[in-house]
Amino acid sequence: MSFVGTVQPDLRRKRVNWQKVLVIVLFAIVPLFLLMLFTYVPFAKMIQFSFHNMSYTKDKGFVGLDNYLRIFTKEEYIGAMLLSLYYMAGAVVQLALALFLASVLSLERIRGSGIFKAILFFPFLVNGIAIGYIFKYFYTRGFVLDSVLQAIGIPLESLPYWLRDQSINNWSLVFTSVWKYCGQNMVLFIGAIASIDPTLYEAATIDGANRWQQFKAIILPGIKTVFMLNLILSITGSLSAFEPAYVVGSMGANGTATFFIKIHQMAHVSQKVGQACAMAMVLMALILLFTVLQRLFFRYVMKDSENTFNAKANKAKALW
Amino acid sequence: MTNAAMAIRNTNNGARTKRIIIRTLEYLAILLACFIALLPIWSSFTTSFKTAEEYGTTNAMALPQNWLNFSNYAQVWTEGDMLRAFLTSASVVVVVVAVSVMMGSMLAYVLNRFRFPGNGLIRNLFMIATLIPGIAMQVTTYQIMKDLGFLNSIVGYMILMSGTDVISIYIFLQYFENLDGALDESAVLEGCTYFGVFFKILLPLTKPAIITVAVLKGVGVYNEYYSANLYLQSNSWRTISTALYSFSGPFKSSYNIICAGVLLTLIPSLIVFLIFQKQVYAGLASGSVKG
Repeated sequence: MSFVGTVQPDLRRKRVNWQKVLVIVLFAIVPLFLLMLFTYVPFAKMIQFSFHNMSYTKDKGFVGLDNYLRIFTKEEYIGAMLLSLYYMAGAVVQLALALFLASVLSLERIRGSGIFKAILFFPFLVNGIAIGYIFKYFYTRGFVLDSVLQAIGIPLESLPYWLRDQSINNWSLVFTSVWKYCGQNMVLFIGAIASIDPTLYEAATIDGANRWQQFKAIILPGIKTVFMLNLILSITGSLSAFEPAYVVGSMGANGTATFFIKIHQMAHVSQKVGQACAMAMVLMALILLFTVLQRLFFRYVMKDSENTFNAKANKAKALW
Repeated sequence: MTNAAMAIRNTNNGARTKRIIIRTLEYLAILLACFIALLPIWSSFTTSFKTAEEYGTTNAMALPQNWLNFSNYAQVWTEGDMLRAFLTSASVVVVVVAVSVMMGSMLAYVLNRFRFPGNGLIRNLFMIATLIPGIAMQVTTYQIMKDLGFLNSIVGYMILMSGTDVISIYIFLQYFENLDGALDESAVLEGCTYFGVFFKILLPLTKPAIITVAVLKGVGVYNEYYSANLYLQSNSWRTISTALYSFSGPFKSSYNIICAGVLLTLIPSLIVFLIFQKQVYAGLASGSVKG
């Protein structure tokens, strides 16, 4: 829906108005130039490079699909791709948690909800590199997290090395992502809940609906659009996850290198630009695929609910 | 009292206890979430006041002996060259915010107020750009920056930061759609030029949109670290993010000093957030609806 808006009718357009042309050209040329320079040119080059064996300085020529084939045959890349499953699981937990907190904070009887909302949102504004240090310190053996867990009675010997132990370190990184983005999701949900007509709750209370029924019948449909957008953004975000591994996981050490970290290293450490571009193409295709699939899914679900709604409405009309 | 009345009182009591329990659980859930949100930052905060000896001997969660021990802050400020980093980041934020506001509002004005061939095409070009994940194109963007001679160039970094943004254009477009067209129509009839209409009449009216864009973009650019690390590697142009990133070298595992640096970088975001809380929340909403 975004850029397809209305253009105000221009009443005087009998002959070419040069002043108008000048304004249009002057005002649009810079943003358009930058859009080309930093979006469409790199995009075209990415497609081209992905078929070449090249570094930033040398192009050893066209190699066809070699770069692509390597991605799907090497276990290393597929493993990196599968790491995004951790982040997807995290995204689901994050959305559920954000929705729960948003619905509790939206209750009128909760005092100080503004302060709670601000506290829960603030992690979103913390500098990424700062998050890296904060959580490296947080997870260090015997430090913050371990102290808290010891305080509730878990002995240090039974605790893992949160960032080094490969059976848990990806979950540790996923947690930092949930920590940062949960509040942001929550704020979006609170906004959506606030826009629901309050008389609906009153009517439901009079009808004797309990909290869970109210949530299901009023809140969920009211925030459908925001929920869908949040879900799409977090799932596509999981595919290209890199921040936790980059800043907390020391650039993907100990088996935490996500696919994007692999791309980054391929381009800037190994200098294999062609290979990196092919990987980026695969990543982009996956993101687009997931976006389209989710949109189709939601369109199906929504149409379904609209249909039943219409059916009910028609039935009601027929009864009248 | 009759049996029936007793029964009613009992159920009322039951409902009241249930209500109290639910309320307590609600507050407990929120407080637990706030505890988890604050704990990592809180531990860095307390650690930043500890001396080297204290840091080595006391527990990470122990409170500092002297809350007024600012020596770590002084050390990180001078040895970490943070003043220069703050000034660099501030100039990047000011320039990028100014350029984004100007570009976004001008383009939105043209797209919303004029009917011309290519209007739809430009809108579509920007819309499709939001579908291409920018992160996938880092590799070739690097090559373009290199070809343009923008490696280790603060100007190049500023241009990159201003040029890869669609949300501010979108926020302005939305805003112009709700601004009455009769306003500029009458100004033009009175002999005002289109430039005059835009700069003297419309731009001042878009102040709320300008604030939203400035806050969102400002915080985003201030916190940006991936491109900063990639393109600004020389010591003379360190932003806050790159300066912070370099701390692991000189301060190694002296987390009491690093935490002081971390806390210093949080202060500007915190101040902006406290002042413009509403705009931040509102901007998030308009930013997320873009898809």
